[in-house]
Amino acid sequence: MSTSTTTTPAGSAIAPRRRRADDVAGLGTARAGIFVAPALILIGLFLLFPAIWTIWLGMTDYRLTGLQAASPEFVGLDNYVEALTDPSFWNSLWLTLVFVVASGIVGQTLIGFALAWSVRNIHGWVKALIEGLVLAAWVIPASVASFLWLVLMDRRSGTLNGLLGTDGYAWLIEHPMEAIILFNIWVGTAFSMQLFSSALSAVPPSQIESAKMVGASGWQQLRDVIIPNIKGHILTNTLLITLWTFNTFTPYLVTAGGPNGKTEILSVYIYETAIPGGQLGLGAAISLIMLLINLVIALAYIRVSRGRKKA
Amino acid sequence: MTATTATVRKVAANTSVRHYLARVAFGLVLTIVGLLFALPLVWLVLAPFDATPSLSLQWPDWTLDNFARLFQNPYAMRSIGNSLLLGIGTMIIVVVLGALAAYAMSRIRIPGRDGILYGLLLLSSIVTGTAAMVPTFQIITSLGLINTYTGVLLVLAGGILPTVIFILKDFMDSIPKSYEESARLYGAGPFRILRDVVVPIARPGLAFIAIWTIVQVWGNFLVPFILLRSPDLQPAAVLMYTFYTESGQADLRLISAFALLFSAPVLIIYFVVNRRYGFRFHGGIKS
Repeated sequence: MSTSTTTTPAGSAIAPRRRRADDVAGLGTARAGIFVAPALILIGLFLLFPAIWTIWLGMTDYRLTGLQAASPEFVGLDNYVEALTDPSFWNSLWLTLVFVVASGIVGQTLIGFALAWSVRNIHGWVKALIEGLVLAAWVIPASVASFLWLVLMDRRSGTLNGLLGTDGYAWLIEHPMEAIILFNIWVGTAFSMQLFSSALSAVPPSQIESAKMVGASGWQQLRDVIIPNIKGHILTNTLLITLWTFNTFTPYLVTAGGPNGKTEILSVYIYETAIPGGQLGLGAAISLIMLLINLVIALAYIRVSRGRKKA
Repeated sequence: MTATTATVRKVAANTSVRHYLARVAFGLVLTIVGLLFALPLVWLVLAPFDATPSLSLQWPDWTLDNFARLFQNPYAMRSIGNSLLLGIGTMIIVVVLGALAAYAMSRIRIPGRDGILYGLLLLSSIVTGTAAMVPTFQIITSLGLINTYTGVLLVLAGGILPTVIFILKDFMDSIPKSYEESARLYGAGPFRILRDVVVPIARPGLAFIAIWTIVQVWGNFLVPFILLRSPDLQPAAVLMYTFYTESGQADLRLISAFALLFSAPVLIIYFVVNRRYGFRFHGGIKS
């Protein structure tokens, strides 16, 4: 070991660039293939194949039980026609949009930014406490987090009713959508907070100083110095949050899509249709729509991050 | 002259009052937001230590009996064991396969390598647990792997591997190649080099991936919820849900202690690891 450390730096400095020996271990392409294959096969079988299989499954009348379970038939685009003419599908899509915009794009991003902005100049325990609380909400397992919210909003003896003096008020029945939106903000804000924290710390202090010198107010500094500097982070954050919020299944643990489908966002709708409902074919058709929406968001994300690297 | 100084003073006084009020308002809002985030968590911290926990917040009648009872509850303890089994099992698959793949990709110009890497990452962010639950469920059912750990492990590992390969490849790229070159000069074969040279150097990266994977699997609800049927096999994430939905009268002494026990490892890992590694830890994909 000692010889290698003494010889190599000198060696690499003197020797002209050889036909670059990337393959320092003498792996060879064939053996490299063997190294890569198990991982790629696993990903291919359990990630890529399901996505492709959805296309076929969505064009069959596959069911969990009964005749169609044994010998499903090809039904073409019937499932899509059925989904697109079903008001409950459109209802679910609308609820998803409201959920993503309100809890993800507006709630998590704004509160996350506001928190990062507020604690940026504070040090010590206040900052640690606030960040710690927000982070704890994010790392706690989803099934625990949802139970904590059921406790909070319980009709008879929940903390919320106790604090507001609204004993017996059933929040989850009267305001189910607002409840899962707030729940999701509570769970997810930590990501935006941390992303914006690191973005804000990268803003050149000299720019803020000169803005202060010319007498810019806090709001003007934010608008003219901070936001232009972290524009890339805002876009990244928005797209990732959109993708994750769109795909979350956790609200199911709080309201189970109810009451009467009032919180049946797309992920819950797919689950209800396909697994308890047994209509795997129809569920797959809706899944494909979801996969395509994911694809659009992910491609937008790639474009944004590529543009940022070039700039 | 005097008039202008008076106005200047007045303006100064005004701005300092406004400044002061703004500080107070700011402090107040921050406190309220902090309290709102704390509110659901307080129950998790207090109720497990209360002899008679209820759904409302109350100062506990301190006791550790709830934990003593929890440790004797066969379902609860088995589910924690199941979660460990799934977490460690996935971790082993992902670390071994991920390290092999990442190493080969880092050292060999496989045609279209960068395309494959970005393609994999794109794939794993599009094909999420929710979007792929129907085909996954159907495939696992037809393979006869429903209600088995094999099915759950394969699905979890397949979903996590792209991110793992991506992070590990970055890590392997940063390892100087000189060590491998000299090991090779001494006649070591590729497997030997990987085992005795690369793995020891890459240990921090591998450890990071191992912990990250366990945290991901520990909290994962959807995959085991869909693929496992028998109560004996359920991990803690699913049992927690079963506890509060299926038991007629919820046993709050059991549930509260269980919730805390189940959350503690990730809270500890997170707050310890976060101190050390900073933000990167949760920058990954969480679904």
